[in-house]
Order: sequence, then C-alpha cells, then structure tokens
Amino acid sequence: MSNSAVMANSVRPATAARTRRSFRRPWMLPYLLITPNLLLFSAFSFFPLLYAFYISFHDWSLIGDVTYAGLANYRRLVADTQFWHALLNTAVYALASVPTTMAGGLLLAVALNRRMPGRVFLRSVYFLPVVVSAVATGIIAAWMFNEHYGVINSLIVRLGGDRIPWLSSPAWALPSLVLATFWVRVGFCMVVYLAALQSIPTLYYEAATMDGASPSRQFWKITLPLLRPATFLLLILNVIHSFQVFDLIYVMTGGGPGFSTTMLVQYIYQSAFMTSEMGYASAIGVVLYVIVLGFTIIQWRVSRQSENVL
Amino acid sequence: MSGVTFEAGARRPGSRRTGNVLIWIAVVLGALAMIFPLYWMLATAIRPRSEVFQPVVSLIPQMLTLENFRNVAQRHPFLTWVMNSTFIAVIAVVITVSANLLCGYVFAKFRFPGRDILFFAILGALMIPIQVILVPEFLVTSWLGLLNSPWGVILPRAAEAFGVFMVRQFMVSIPDELIEAARLDGASEMRIFLRIVLPLSKPIIAVLVIFTFMWRWNDFAWPLVVLTDQELFTLPLGLNLLRGEANPDWGGVMALALISLLPMLLIFLIFQRYLVQGIASTGLK
Repeated sequence: MSNSAVMANSVRPATAARTRRSFRRPWMLPYLLITPNLLLFSAFSFFPLLYAFYISFHDWSLIGDVTYAGLANYRRLVADTQFWHALLNTAVYALASVPTTMAGGLLLAVALNRRMPGRVFLRSVYFLPVVVSAVATGIIAAWMFNEHYGVINSLIVRLGGDRIPWLSSPAWALPSLVLATFWVRVGFCMVVYLAALQSIPTLYYEAATMDGASPSRQFWKITLPLLRPATFLLLILNVIHSFQVFDLIYVMTGGGPGFSTTMLVQYIYQSAFMTSEMGYASAIGVVLYVIVLGFTIIQWRVSRQSENVL
Repeated sequence: MSGVTFEAGARRPGSRRTGNVLIWIAVVLGALAMIFPLYWMLATAIRPRSEVFQPVVSLIPQMLTLENFRNVAQRHPFLTWVMNSTFIAVIAVVITVSANLLCGYVFAKFRFPGRDILFFAILGALMIPIQVILVPEFLVTSWLGLLNSPWGVILPRAAEAFGVFMVRQFMVSIPDELIEAARLDGASEMRIFLRIVLPLSKPIIAVLVIFTFMWRWNDFAWPLVVLTDQELFTLPLGLNLLRGEANPDWGGVMALALISLLPMLLIFLIFQRYLVQGIASTGLK
C-alpha cells in the first residue's frame, strides 16, 4: 500500500473531514454497481433455495404437472430406510474423515514449522493435492484401489498378502473413500494450521522455556489452546465439506457397492436425475440444508463462547 | 492480509534440537506417499497397455510410450474438451472477478440503506450446498434456455459469495482518505475505482483469479447436470465418461487425467504463495 499518499493526506485532516460531509455521491451508484451480482445471486441461489422449499411440498417428475403433496415427501422420508442409511453413511464418513484429516494437518503443520532441509518443498508437496480436481482424484484413487490391476493390491501380493476388494466390497469401500479424502484435504488443514502457528508470538515459548516447561508441555499448554480458532474454522469447513462431498464418491464408487457409500447428496442426485422425483429430492435437500445450517450455528456459538473463556 | 508463505516461518528456540532427524524422515516418507498417486498417474499414462494390465505391476515403467495419449485422441474429442474447459474457466474468471471486485468495493466503501442485510444474504449463499438447490437451479437454467450450453455452466456459478467476502475484507483496509483526496481532485467514481482502488488490490485480484480458475476448471457436479452433448463436455466430464466405459482403458484415462491436471499444476508452481496466502487469510482474522 502506498504509505506516502496516506501520510500526505493526513497532513490536511481538517479539509478531508469538511469535504466528506459536503460530498455527495449519486445515491443509486452502489445499487447500480452490485446489480449484476445481485441478479445472479437471486436467480441462481436465493430463488432456487426458496423454490427447493416450495417443490419439497409437491410431487413432480420434471415433465408433467406439479401437484401439491403437503407433507407427504417429508413423511415418506421419515419412513424411508434408504434415507436413514444415507444419513448414517454421511455421518460415519464425516466422523471418520474429519478428525483424521485435521489431526494429520496439525501434526504436519507442527512438524513443518520447524527448521529442516527442504521445508518449503515439503510443504508444497503436502498442499499439492488441494489443486487436483475431485474427479481426477477419484479416478486416480479408483485406479490405485482396482482389485485386479491396482498398485495397492499389487504391493500387497508382493508382500505375500491377499488381494483386497477395496471398492467392490461394502466393508472396504468407505475406508477407501476416507483415505482418498485424507489425501485431498490434509494439505489444506496443514496450511490453515501453519498460518495460525506463525501468528503465535515466539515470546510465549521463550518465557515458557525459561520457566523450564518441556516442549510437549508447551504444545499442550500454549500451542493447542491458541490454535483453537483455527481448529473451529477447520471443523466447520471440514464438516460442511463432508456433508456435501459428491464428485469424489460419484467417481470412485458411485455410491456403491449396494448402498454402502451413498451419501445424502448422492441420494438427492439419484432421486432428482435418475428416478425424477423432484419433490422428494428437494425434501432431502431441505433436510440437508437444515443440518448444515444447524451445525454451522452451533459451531459458531461454541467457538464464540470458548473465546470468551480464554 | 496476513498469510503464511512457504518461505517464511517462525523460529522457535530449541526447535532445532529434539528428534529433528526422526521427524524429518517421517515427513519425507509422508511426502513420498502424498506424491505417489500423481506419480502413479504419470507412470500409468506413459507405459504401454500390456504393462498397465498386469496383476503385479512394476513401480517403474519398463517402456515409455505415447500410445495412451494417441488412443484417447483417436476415440474421443479430447482437444474439444480442452477447449471447452478453457473457454468456460477463462470467461468465468473474467465475469466473476469483475463482479466480485465491484460488489466487494461497494460493501467495503459505500454506506447505503439495506447494505448489511444484502451482505448477510450474500454470506448466507455461501452455506447453501449446491446439491440442495441443484433441482431448482437446473429449472432456472432450463427456463433461460441455457441447458447444453457453456453459458449454462458459466452464469449460475458467476456470482461467488466467497469472492465478494474476500474482496470486501481486503478493500476495507484501503484508506478512505485516498478516495476522498481523489474526489477532491475531481476524479470520477469510475476513475477512482480503476486508477486507485484496483491497482492497490493486485494481491486479492491474483488470489481471485487463481481460485476462480481452479474452481471452474475442476467443476463436476454442475456441468454434469447441464451438459449432455459430448461435444460440449469439459475435461472432468470427459474423464468421467472414459472411466465409466465397460472396460476402462486405464492407460488412456490416466493420460487424460494428466492433461486435465497440467494447467492446475502449472498455476500451482507459479502462484503457490498467493494460493496459500489466500487460503490462510480467509477466516483466521
């Protein structure tokens, strides 16, 4: 930022203050400037959200009439074992992938915050998968996990083990997805934690070292508490992400085998575009939105409380 | 804007001593594991078909060939896909970044009735999972006659709440006095925006360009719904098509995956600092 200009200006604060009030911009200018964005948001975000709510109370198959259905879609949803199965899958996927990715990111951040040879390069390597598209990730993972020609089973066979049906057995499909997710997300968590680590004043550690605190004690008593805002941010982002994950699963397992990796969003997609039940798909969408929103609000509240305590 | 770069790092007393070698070895092994999937994609793409389909494959290709690339090019319009992806990503960057800059500037520097409500509404849009509004968004796109057209991919994703938020955060720190001074000198609003605000916003513009390009280049779910004509496919859709064939030609799939990754890898190598700064500055302060 050009500091000279700022300083030159602050020499005459009286003039600036006087003119600020007298100056009048055309009143419609701000509205004019945000109109393009607002139009796009209205057409493709706000209206669709309201409309999804509306459709969820109707029956409709894209072609033909929209008929009012009242709460029928929601009643069906409560009784639909597949819906509960999808919800459970989503919860299990989130519970398995969020903590592992965040713990991995934290460990990496702490390790790579130290001085070591090749540190810059190592950070880049861990971050690299973040820029890879979910489709490419899914395809590479599907190839590596391939039961017959995949490199993972190839290595297992070499070591004298048996082939594992990674993506074709209900038991192994979800763990494979969690592993792929770890690969994609760990670098992102690492970067956020690194940023937070570097904002901790070194003074704290110097003082603690002088008081004779061990490195592990410093980690638990200084580092971890001060990383709390970053942890909450990552928790929110990662949970939302795992409730919305689509591409990776669509490509790796397509929700199968059977129903074993079908998440809520997959179920929405299937209901909408495979079986053409728009009303039902929208009802699931509304439930998903409520879950995500609720979770975000709770996290936000908790994080604000915890910061007040500190 | 505070951010972490790959170069800078805090130095801690005592950090050099304890167990550094062991940690270094662990981190290097981890990095090898992280890079392995990308290596494996490359290794599969450049080895002959006979080598790809082996029950026990060697980790290093025994023979190098471009046959996989040739096969993909013969059987699929993959150059068209490259062009489609490029067109969509570039146009989306132009539209999204201009709209975000204008919108963020207004929310940062103008006071007007309804400002806060509008801003929170836009932030609320951030939290809408795309699949929730997939159905009605599809309908709107269909009503506008944009199905099976690159514009149907571009326009619904052109307003990016995240971008508006980042631009506003950044521009709040541009001193009001600069703008006032320019106004005193008789500069028009347009001139002020173009000649004063934009040049000061280069870092955030760079971040927006990279992020928007990355998002649009990698998009899958939305184009999957909008585009049905293979000639209009983007690279991720093409990849999905190849993968979905009865007996996927994995060498060809990996060749296409490699091609789809190249621009992102290039951007990453050139702009990694901005990318990381962008991520680090999005919610920590």
